[in-house]
Amino acid sequence: MSFNAENAPNAVEMQDIVVRFPGVLANDHVNFNLQRGEIHALLGENGAGKSTLMNVLSGLYRPEAGRLKIFGEPKVFNSPKDAIASGIGMVHQHFMLVPTLSVTENILLGLRDPAFFMKLPKYDHKILDLQEKYGLQVNPTDKIWQLSVGEQQRVEILKALYRGADILILDEPTAVLAPQEIEDLMETMQTLVAQGKSIVFISHKLNEVRAIADRLTVLRKGVATAEGVSIAGLSKSELAELMVGREVIFRVEKEEQQAGAMVLEVENLNAINDRGMPAIKDVSFDIHAGEIFGIAGVAGNGQSELAEVLSGLRPSTGSIKICGKEVNNQSPRAFIDCGLANIPEDRTGVGSAPNLSVTNNLIMKNYHESPISENWRINYTAASEHAQNLKDGYDIQAPSIRTHARKLSGGNLQKLILAREISGEPKLIIAMQPTRGLDVGAIESIQKLLLDQRANGAAILLLSEELEELLSLSDRIAVIYEGEIVGQMDAKDASLNTIGLMMTGSMRSEA
Amino acid sequence: MRLPYKLRVEKRIEEIPKWLPIVTSIGAVLVAFLISGIILAAVGGEPFRVLKFFFNASFGSWGAFSDIIVKATPLILIGLGCSLAFRMNMINIGAEGQFYIGAFFASLVVLVPLIPLDSPKIIVLSLMVLMGILGGAIYGFIPGYLKAKFNVNEIITTLMLNYIAVNWNNYWIFGKYSDAGFQMTPTFDRVAWLPRLADLAKEYPFFSGITLHFGVVFGLVAAVIIWLILKHSRWGYEITLIGDNPKAAKYAGVNITRNMIIVMMVSGALAGLAGMSEVSGVVHRLQERISTNYGFSGVIVAWLAKLNPFAVVLVSILFGALIVAGREIQPSGLSFMIQGTILFLVISSDVFLRYKIRLERRQEEPV
Repeated sequence: MSFNAENAPNAVEMQDIVVRFPGVLANDHVNFNLQRGEIHALLGENGAGKSTLMNVLSGLYRPEAGRLKIFGEPKVFNSPKDAIASGIGMVHQHFMLVPTLSVTENILLGLRDPAFFMKLPKYDHKILDLQEKYGLQVNPTDKIWQLSVGEQQRVEILKALYRGADILILDEPTAVLAPQEIEDLMETMQTLVAQGKSIVFISHKLNEVRAIADRLTVLRKGVATAEGVSIAGLSKSELAELMVGREVIFRVEKEEQQAGAMVLEVENLNAINDRGMPAIKDVSFDIHAGEIFGIAGVAGNGQSELAEVLSGLRPSTGSIKICGKEVNNQSPRAFIDCGLANIPEDRTGVGSAPNLSVTNNLIMKNYHESPISENWRINYTAASEHAQNLKDGYDIQAPSIRTHARKLSGGNLQKLILAREISGEPKLIIAMQPTRGLDVGAIESIQKLLLDQRANGAAILLLSEELEELLSLSDRIAVIYEGEIVGQMDAKDASLNTIGLMMTGSMRSEA
Repeated sequence: MRLPYKLRVEKRIEEIPKWLPIVTSIGAVLVAFLISGIILAAVGGEPFRVLKFFFNASFGSWGAFSDIIVKATPLILIGLGCSLAFRMNMINIGAEGQFYIGAFFASLVVLVPLIPLDSPKIIVLSLMVLMGILGGAIYGFIPGYLKAKFNVNEIITTLMLNYIAVNWNNYWIFGKYSDAGFQMTPTFDRVAWLPRLADLAKEYPFFSGITLHFGVVFGLVAAVIIWLILKHSRWGYEITLIGDNPKAAKYAGVNITRNMIIVMMVSGALAGLAGMSEVSGVVHRLQERISTNYGFSGVIVAWLAKLNPFAVVLVSILFGALIVAGREIQPSGLSFMIQGTILFLVISSDVFLRYKIRLERRQEEPV
């Protein structure tokens, strides 16, 4: 991508931006500039101040100090409206769409133009023109709930473009996408910049940043550690170092070890999803002690339902044996009593109670056992002691054990959940997307915790969409496609290519 | 010209100190009295005289104070029951019905009679207490079971069951146990009366006419028990966990359906006990309208007390004072106005817990 830096002013120029929250300097004199027609990656660990900076740019926050220029013109944004008027469009990580309305209706929402009578077909055409120009295919008359996550994201981008955005901010756009959808998005981004748009790309995933961005700015604890550095020539580990400030080991070191006795035995498992459709079809596998069994698959192919069935949260037919004991369709407590630990996909919705303290979240699984439980009462002295030990032992960053769980960052909440689950010395661990959305440092420590458990002889079921993670952690890998296990192999023999083909349903093997 | 200072409203990020909710609530009550006073003055009243009269009518004498406690007793019990259910996000607005059924069950001891009425007082009263608790619990079980097994909205069922309970009561007091055709049963035998301070008037003349009865002890004991349950017990932990995130509770192995049923039963049992204490301690018979909307006031008490058992006791006393003062003052709507203002302000004062307001010096505007 070429741009002319000399005579064209930058699309965005932010100078000495200072944003202060009570007790935190979220942006400490940050400079950020976005050239015309470039993809500029904005990196940083969770809580580094990326979102704050972009919220300043999109008019949500007003900085305490600093200057902002858009295409060379000084601007003061008092509201997101001002930012939109200056051609800035933000695509949030969590989509702001109305599920029951059509694509066109969502795009037009809040605009003055269709004032009272909607005459939607007229706008459908306008939207189709936009789609053609930028290669964003969605059917304008479809309702949002009928669309896949990738398509919904396209609607969000269209929404911004329709409002005349020249500068697009994409906040972790790939976090919610399946691998194929990520490729489509990358292509779209290329088309957009080729047509003269400028893009800010916020991401955690270093591979993607290297693949698509021209330059990058890195924030660490509110301070920019790299400002507009060109990406060409930066290695992946150099990138990671810029981000967390130290070398990060990417290939996780894993000891060879002999698998032990059978811990989990699953036979002919069938279950339906929330909409009553078959979600798991005749699934059978087993996991032994000291073994990590990975399940790969594109999101929505039955992984969530499988994890729920295996922790007693969803009814099913078939057989589930933990350490030889049949537990299928018993209460979740029966599964837990058999030595199951569960690291759920949804940390805030299932894995924790947001308004309860760190202590109360940490005793969730053992509040009914001695020494925390004494007859009818809970010994809160023992509970606090237990919580403090885990907080120190697993390095959970929180002001105190009385802090509410909702105030923890994503990585620390995940550490809390892991600490709780692992400290009970489980025989079987189900980990679903244990590192999703976390920064490099947190990913590393969580992967290490899982490997420690493997060394301790736990059987681990790892469900993940990060193929690299699956390949480096697992001993054996199975691929799930439309609720069926379409292939099983040793991780040593697995290739990304085969797994990719199986994930998309174009290949199956009899294991 | 702009002021050199500006007010900033910010979301609180840090933990709030423990005393803050208490201070804001008390502040809200005081402001409510202030606003009521302004309204009074605006319509030509004399706020200070009214306020003085108000306090004299409620806290001015031992007799009046005892009346307050008598009025507060059912509110305490019902408010506690509601607090327990609300902690688990079970919106029990059926305390009114549970109160009536509790009163009915307790009255059966005397009306049927279930045991010979020449039994010792302690036996009769204990049986009445048990029957009151049983009646309320049964009446709480119905919506609890429906919610747990069939996910029937408990707000609707508890509300509707209220009307059934009132008419159930009416049927028996008109049809079967009526006192000479009036909508009430004959006065109970003295053996079924809860002890009152007035009973001691012979030995201590000071107590003559003091209507305070033993029911308040039920209320205070219940407050301590509910506090122990919520703050210190395993069961209380489960209730709090379910209330905050039922999915997490299920995932942690907590039996949600069983807890739903039990919590509704306990909540109903407390309202039922309030019904027993009212028939046995105050009216001494079963009659129409034994409750002056205690069941609904109890819901408000629970919210105002922020579901804290001891705060329930204090708020109930405040409400009792408003009821007693309301009797003495014309127009009687005055105490409702103050009640409403208090409710409104205490609930809105929550904003101070979630946000903080800072006065800060203006800085150079970013250009």
